[in-house]
Amino acid sequence: MYRILLGTMAIVFLPIFSMVRLFRRLITKKSNQTTLPAHQASDTSKKAPSYAVRFWRDNWFGDTDKSQNNRVFFWFLVPAFGSFLLFVILPFIQGLYLSMTNWTGLNTGREVFIGLENYAKIFADFRFVFSFFRTFAYSVLNILVINVVAFLLALLVTQNLKFKNVYRAGFFMPNLIGGLVLGYIWQFIYNRALTSLGGAFATSVLQRGDTALVGLIAVVTWQYAGYIMMIYIAAIQNIPQDLVEASTIDGANSFQKLRTITFPLVAQAFTVAMFLTLITSFKQFDTVMSLTQGGPPMVLPEWFGNFFGLTTLPVVNSTNLVAINIYQTAFTNYSLGEGQAKAIVFFFILLVVSLIQVQYNKKKEVEF
Amino acid sequence: MAANIIRQKMTTTRFVRKTLIPVLLEVLAVLLLLVFFFPFWMVIVNAAKPLSEIILRPMSLPSDWLNIWRNFLEIIGRDNIDYFSSFVNSVIITSASLIAIGVFSGMAAWVLVRTKTKYSNWIFLIFLAGMVIPFQVVMLPLVRLLQELKNFTGIPFKDTYHGVVMAYIAFGAPLSVFLFHGFIKSIPIDVEEAAIIDGCTKSQVFFRVVLPILKPIFMTLLVLNGMWIWNDYLLPVLVIGLGGDTKTLPLSVANLAGFYDKEWGLILTSVLMAALPILILFFFAQKHIIRGMTSGAIK
Repeated sequence: MYRILLGTMAIVFLPIFSMVRLFRRLITKKSNQTTLPAHQASDTSKKAPSYAVRFWRDNWFGDTDKSQNNRVFFWFLVPAFGSFLLFVILPFIQGLYLSMTNWTGLNTGREVFIGLENYAKIFADFRFVFSFFRTFAYSVLNILVINVVAFLLALLVTQNLKFKNVYRAGFFMPNLIGGLVLGYIWQFIYNRALTSLGGAFATSVLQRGDTALVGLIAVVTWQYAGYIMMIYIAAIQNIPQDLVEASTIDGANSFQKLRTITFPLVAQAFTVAMFLTLITSFKQFDTVMSLTQGGPPMVLPEWFGNFFGLTTLPVVNSTNLVAINIYQTAFTNYSLGEGQAKAIVFFFILLVVSLIQVQYNKKKEVEF
Repeated sequence: MAANIIRQKMTTTRFVRKTLIPVLLEVLAVLLLLVFFFPFWMVIVNAAKPLSEIILRPMSLPSDWLNIWRNFLEIIGRDNIDYFSSFVNSVIITSASLIAIGVFSGMAAWVLVRTKTKYSNWIFLIFLAGMVIPFQVVMLPLVRLLQELKNFTGIPFKDTYHGVVMAYIAFGAPLSVFLFHGFIKSIPIDVEEAAIIDGCTKSQVFFRVVLPILKPIFMTLLVLNGMWIWNDYLLPVLVIGLGGDTKTLPLSVANLAGFYDKEWGLILTSVLMAALPILILFFFAQKHIIRGMTSGAIK
């Protein structure tokens, strides 16, 4: 609470100070015009202002270059940095505390500090750990599939094709539509359109626990491959043509060119693309929400149950990724403190994983 | 004889390389394009069918294309969907946030580059740190904070335009400040000094001299942030709520899908109506959108 108080005070009082300054300047201008000599005379008779007054006059309210610079510095930063502090940094710090309380939707403001109890609880909760495992599996598969598809598409549309701009725009188009809307489109396709074909498609992939994740990956690949393709296209077009020509003269076939020229020189784009796909896969929320709502039930795999010492294998949700799990813990079960603890664990794991990925990929880049 | 065979072989490989492979690649690209367009096709086709027809023949062409118009009218007519008001809300929130993010982060980045003190370094680092914070970590305390702010100041922040726009400024600022920061560093300071000698005050230097120079990055950010804000679901659902007065298009699609669970004709029509504005925009500003999204990512 005191943090909000401090922030609000800064936001409310600093404009007032500035207004006072403006106002005073207007008044002094008027008096300057009329009674300049008298003003000066009275000024010398007063005693010198105190240090604090001088400090504020020279650094903030005065007409010196320094105070003008300081004022501009402050006022130019306030809108962006102020709302950033208020709506991102402050909730983040608050969240660290709230994850250690028994906060539920009902006791807001009266929650009690309970230490690391929430963290102990979520690490012992096999559903949460399993949802992390699912997210990892999903992310790895997703990153692989999206990048392979995107790279192949990029290779295809950088060939000498007649309508390559049409293809590029076409592959990119799914990316324009929001994840939520996409989810509904594909829910229809999986559950209605494909099932009507019968045969192998008779049961929708979204209705079976073991295939729902595959269905989700197909959707996200359809959405995201075009975007990643654009990044690869930019990289492929940046490859110096003389290298390609030299290798042709040396008699390299197209596969050798791909392996020895394209791959190393596109490595930087790989870093970017892998990073982007990693982050989006980890944070996947809207598409899953509208496609499966956490997904069809499946029986917990045996090895996972053994790991937690469960004798009977319970039923879990198959596409319950971490982002969905956090949302449902908070807004379906109203265990907000626990949800916040999950979110913070999620944050640290995402941070570590993305740092490792960038470090690992950076090693493989080539300068040219 | 041998020479003849070699010549023949050469012409066949030449034929394969010059004619056959390009044609095959072209065919492959067209096929892939058709695969990519299949979902769009399904949406258009099925938005134009009554429910019975959707269930019986989801793959076939509709018997009556005019159904799409009837579905459209029905969606506009329903009070609990409010298509037009949510469309207007989306436009207001997106454009206000875009302009605010662009101008405010440009201002912040400019003073951070041009003022070399330890504060400016620290503030820039804090902005950078903000880039790695995912929304999920902040969302629960944020909802609570908005309520507390209302209790404290008396100004409502939930379900208001200024609340949502401020939240978008906060979440959009780090990336935007970062991109602007990189760009402003490359602008020679002489231009600004010349403006000061010509009698500009410091803030005029920014708005009259620097802001026009920032235009290319501004366009990139317009595209990047615009796509994100227009399609965003999680932030609006928390800050506005599904039943809110200022609900955006994704919220109203989610609402409709929740109300009419199995009425696929209506749902797909609303999906089409939500996707159409941005697809139309894409046709007109294709180059800018693609360039904006890729160059933003690579930086």
